[in-house]
Amino acid sequence: MPLTTTTPPFVAVLVRGLLAGLIAGLLAGVFAYVAGERHVEAAIAIEEASTHAEPAAGAHDHEDALVSRTGQRGGLFLATGLFGAAMGGLLATAYVLLSRRRRGDDDGRSGLLLAGAALLGAVIVPFLKYPANPPAVGDPATINQRTVTYLLMVVLGLVAVWAGSLGYRSVGAQAPTWLRAAAAVGGFLLVTAVSYVVMPSFQEVPADFPATLLWNFRLASLGTQVVLWTGIGLLFAALMHHERRRRAGTALPST
Amino acid sequence: MSSSASSQPVVHPVGSARLLWTVLATVAVLTLLAYLVAFDQGAVSRSGMYLHELMHDGRHLLGVPCH
Ligand SMILES: [Zn+2]
Repeated sequence: MPLTTTTPPFVAVLVRGLLAGLIAGLLAGVFAYVAGERHVEAAIAIEEASTHAEPAAGAHDHEDALVSRTGQRGGLFLATGLFGAAMGGLLATAYVLLSRRRRGDDDGRSGLLLAGAALLGAVIVPFLKYPANPPAVGDPATINQRTVTYLLMVVLGLVAVWAGSLGYRSVGAQAPTWLRAAAAVGGFLLVTAVSYVVMPSFQEVPADFPATLLWNFRLASLGTQVVLWTGIGLLFAALMHHERRRRAGTALPST
Repeated sequence: MSSSASSQPVVHPVGSARLLWTVLATVAVLTLLAYLVAFDQGAVSRSGMYLHELMHDGRHLLGVPCH
């Protein structure tokens, strides 16, 4: 079967996803370090100033120093690298599971599309509802609720992207492109809007927290995720392209 | 892990039962890894708050709720 030569085994795809994710995660760590670390520092300074001013009010566990601030800055790269590897591996798994539907072997294009879908559904949609918060923002009493609703929002964002692709495919292939695009955007926006309305909101930014610091931190946080997923998409596509050429080179020239 | 597979002819792998289990195990391990980075409070890793604090800046800058 010539199919085996164009469809690499699961483990081969997985390894490439993990590698792409690890490298992209480290790149995202570099971006986060350069663009975001000083905002984290500034927020921690505000947090410590407020806890020292009123030590009775809900003491925070940021300064009991299981890990020093230097350790946490280094841990940033560990966190983004491991998180990236996990996301790259999951992307590779989704790539293999969806490969049955794929016509032809446009490996680069579908890998990039998947990464774009993940960026939109798992990052941008949740971010606009529950934007990233620096230290000193957020009530520790609601952390469990906020974690659960954040994870739910990630799932709903992915459902919204899926609804978009469903809309695109439900309009026949002979329909004009603008109509298919409109159906995709409509399906995506419908699910997104409903989940934004249904999901609870949290207003927990302290009144005296600097607005520019909050904005700069959130931009840096969003940028970190954009670097991560752009990197995963491009690196995975490149590695799969290389793998495909390698396999095509060892196989009989059938095409 | 794949000692029995060497005798079988290699076919299009998607759809076999073994692949299904490999995929499920992979997803489980990767989800656990992401959990340890992004959400661990010591209950799963048995490391107290050590992992939580080590990953602290990464968690904030990846946009995950922290505290
Ligand atoms: Zn924190």
